[in-house]
Amino acid sequence: MSTATLEAPRTTSGPAPAQQRTRKPFPLVRHSAALTKRSLIKTWRTPEALIDVTLQPVIFLAIFTYIFGGAVSGDTHSYLQFLLPGVLGQTIALGAIAIGVNLNTDMEKGIFDRFKSLPIPRIAPLMGAVLGDVVRYVIVAVVTLAAGYAMGFRIGGSVLATVAGCLLAVLFALCLSWVSVWVGMLVRTSGAVQGVMFLLIMPLTFGSNVFVQTQTLPSWMQGFVNVNPLTHLVDSMRGLFLGTPVGNHVWWTLAWCVGLVAVFMPLALRAYRRKV
Amino acid sequence: MTTADLVIEAEGLVKHFGETKALQGVDLVVPRGTVLGVLGPNGAGKTTTVRILSTLLQPDAGHARINGLDVVRDAERVRQAIGLTGQYASVDEDLTGRQNLVLFGTLLDLGRRGARSRADELLTWFDLAGAADRPAKTYSGGMRRRLDLAASLVGRPDIIFLDEPTTGLDPSKREDMWEVVRSLVDDGSTVLLTTQYLDEADALADEITVIDHGRVIAHDTPEGLKRVVGGQTLEIRPSDPSRLAETATILSQVSSGAKADEIRKGMLAVPVSGDDAMTETVARLSAAGIGVLELSLHLPSLDEVFFTLTGRTASDDDQAATDSTKEVAA
Repeated sequence: MSTATLEAPRTTSGPAPAQQRTRKPFPLVRHSAALTKRSLIKTWRTPEALIDVTLQPVIFLAIFTYIFGGAVSGDTHSYLQFLLPGVLGQTIALGAIAIGVNLNTDMEKGIFDRFKSLPIPRIAPLMGAVLGDVVRYVIVAVVTLAAGYAMGFRIGGSVLATVAGCLLAVLFALCLSWVSVWVGMLVRTSGAVQGVMFLLIMPLTFGSNVFVQTQTLPSWMQGFVNVNPLTHLVDSMRGLFLGTPVGNHVWWTLAWCVGLVAVFMPLALRAYRRKV
Repeated sequence: MTTADLVIEAEGLVKHFGETKALQGVDLVVPRGTVLGVLGPNGAGKTTTVRILSTLLQPDAGHARINGLDVVRDAERVRQAIGLTGQYASVDEDLTGRQNLVLFGTLLDLGRRGARSRADELLTWFDLAGAADRPAKTYSGGMRRRLDLAASLVGRPDIIFLDEPTTGLDPSKREDMWEVVRSLVDDGSTVLLTTQYLDEADALADEITVIDHGRVIAHDTPEGLKRVVGGQTLEIRPSDPSRLAETATILSQVSSGAKADEIRKGMLAVPVSGDDAMTETVARLSAAGIGVLELSLHLPSLDEVFFTLTGRTASDDDQAATDSTKEVAA
């Protein structure tokens, strides 16, 4: 039996002794950052996966503006002014579906075995995936505003306020992602993730003030609409984009963000740990 | 040997997946600087064992220690000491070979520069430098395996788990992989490797643990195991079928009396022992003027090992075992 020890001479090709690596501080931040970079590289390599955040807002904007604009607001321009923040809210919420689907597929491959065998915080791979999606949500905001501008949308507030509105939407999407991640860890197939998430997001986007004023809805529905996080997000953006009062919608949106992360990040982590 | 010399220790590992009893009490030990071959057919529990030892799964019962650290309670510290190469390539296919290795280096806190130079080192060592900047999904099966193994060595682990490292590789690539394993051991690493091939375990392992249906059914050195299952088999096909009987006589002289069987039409097989069996056979056949079409020396297949150890075959594909026991008058 070989009695080679760690001090045994080693060839240049093989491994040197395992150094007692000094654990650097903030492992979660550094490892999440490295894994965010991984997500960004993957996004860069597969631009076709961006179709839901590029073409979709343009198509939604065009369809709803030109079909419903006359009926809802009397003319398409004033409806577009009302609709654009709504479509941005809707697409950004739908954009959060992809992460659950992608992670579900990723889990089937060996890469997550590798992550789990590394001395890194358990949540880092999930965190990296979520943060990497920032780029997708920024694309939604830019594309929606650009397409809207081409169709005649004009901001009424400052550029800074508009940027703030977009950032709020991106932040909300990141927090909503944790719901998608959780479903992605729980459900067996990626198709099922898509289905479940669609069922969750659709009532949120239509049971809101995305397309119509809340006052036009039946009163029983107004109750739901008024607590719906998407309503608060869209009202915040309307105020910030159009230069109208935002009331306390920004605070409600932020409260929802905190709530979503507080509930669904631990659930997602637990489901991830349990996933064999 | 003291306990401190045991790098991997497992006692009574049990793991059930619903109705499936993947492990029903597996014990194994691996002393420092050695290679343990875990031999078994598909579904024997090899992968489950590796996944428990590498902290990916928690056992239902029993416990395991790596470097004296419990794989459940001290999982975080265990992960710093191990490298894992799974049965399926566990690299990111969208990333290039280099990006994969740099990512793992960063996650192992080698620092930006450290991660890059370690990646370069490994890419060169595993002959992947030319393909370093291509996405891993464009790699061939062999290249992917090499990248996967390289990925598990980024952190210079003391303990390396290789789960069927050569399954699906062609023979020449298999030899390359064996060379890598040998050089790791030369450098002081401890290796646990699972395999379905006795010849692979024989070529690499200091000791072999045979598992079947989640239980250890044998543990021995390769020599000891081969003594039990009956050494090597010499197979020969004389060019003139009419001289089969004559060949069989010569073979049984070489194998000190063992009877030669006709395992396939015109092909004789005889169990042999000793290193000179092949050369002696060739010399005697040549003296008798018998030409040879095929001549090979091989270890018992996993099927034959299992047949000997358990009295039944390891898999549904029991052709080899049946063939080798068929008696044909020669």
